[in-house]
Amino acid sequence: MNDILDIFGMILLLIGGIFLFLGGLGIFRMPDTYNRLQAGTKATTLGGMSVILSVGILEPGWFIKTLVLVIFIALANPISSHALAHANYKRGNKPYLKGGPEYDQYRKVFEPEVKETKDNTTEKVKEEETA
Amino acid sequence: METLSAGGKIARFFFAWVLLFLIWLMFTSTLALQEVLTGAGVSFIIALPTNRFFTEVQLYRFKPLRLFYVIEYLFVFLWALIVANLDVARRVISPKLPINPGIVSFKTKLTSDFAKMVLANSITLTPGTLSVDIIDDTYYIHWIDVKSLDPEQCKKDIAEQFEKILLKIF
Amino acid sequence: MLNIIIYITLGFMFTGIFFSTLRFILGPTAADRTVALDTLTTIAMALLVLLSFVYNRFIYIDVALVYGVLGFIGVLVIARYLEGAL
Repeated sequence: MNDILDIFGMILLLIGGIFLFLGGLGIFRMPDTYNRLQAGTKATTLGGMSVILSVGILEPGWFIKTLVLVIFIALANPISSHALAHANYKRGNKPYLKGGPEYDQYRKVFEPEVKETKDNTTEKVKEEETA
Repeated sequence: METLSAGGKIARFFFAWVLLFLIWLMFTSTLALQEVLTGAGVSFIIALPTNRFFTEVQLYRFKPLRLFYVIEYLFVFLWALIVANLDVARRVISPKLPINPGIVSFKTKLTSDFAKMVLANSITLTPGTLSVDIIDDTYYIHWIDVKSLDPEQCKKDIAEQFEKILLKIF
Repeated sequence: MLNIIIYITLGFMFTGIFFSTLRFILGPTAADRTVALDTLTTIAMALLVLLSFVYNRFIYIDVALVYGVLGFIGVLVIARYLEGAL
């Protein structure tokens, strides 16, 4: 029984290490802040959780404490990544869009009126030009 | 928040006290008498000024069936977390970076703030999505691989499986 | 057996830390650096817990917990600052 638990812990440890590595690589390779957040937070969340849980399995006396850490990571990481994404958009960093500007639907929240006035002014300018 | 009777206030205080005491027990992870007594005292003192932040719905909303749905939610969530990580791993490793990012929006049927927060956190940790903002009942989601811009279709792809269970819990 | 796996895991972790640090140095905007910092915090937490297992010291887990809480609060404060609300 103990051997099976040990082997399970080792596999979990190895998987966690690989995901932590992938988190770092993803943060390095992705083209803009939002995609970096996606790759970084997801991979490191699972990686950190499984490394910490594997320590709890390999050393059964520490299990409750490691469980506290796992719950903390699962609660804290999405909140901080959400706060960073929100702050980054408020700051004015537009996301990298492959498919064109209509893929950013969040922009409508900030500039609904600006768009209309822009259209009006351009129409007025056109009228003046034609006149 | 509605005004509470005296009994409601006491129940709220006891909820905060017990919750803080359980957190203390998990942090120290011993059952020695002095540790437990210190924990009870400290969590009593902390619960006095902070108990109104802990719960909006009182304990009368608690039903055993909801606990079952919470466990079901945890399993769905863990499975989605593993799928999300394999998905991200595939995108990071492949040399051409197969991404098509964009920000989509959809409306939710959930009403309470806590349920909305749980849904937003779950969306952040599941395949290729990251919640950017919540305005009233509209979610704005950064999606790493946009498949459609139609709100109904987006909701079906991103949030349907969580929202179904959360509607039963809250 | 366990030793080898711990060494491999440590190697993966340090490669991840290397790439995150690279992004921390290169990152064009402040938000990118903060994202790298957030990732580094999580990796360092896992590293501290693993080291506490290797050296068999229970107290390092407390260090990891406090480090994680402080890193979380720090990232939230930086995010508020970037938003312009602080």
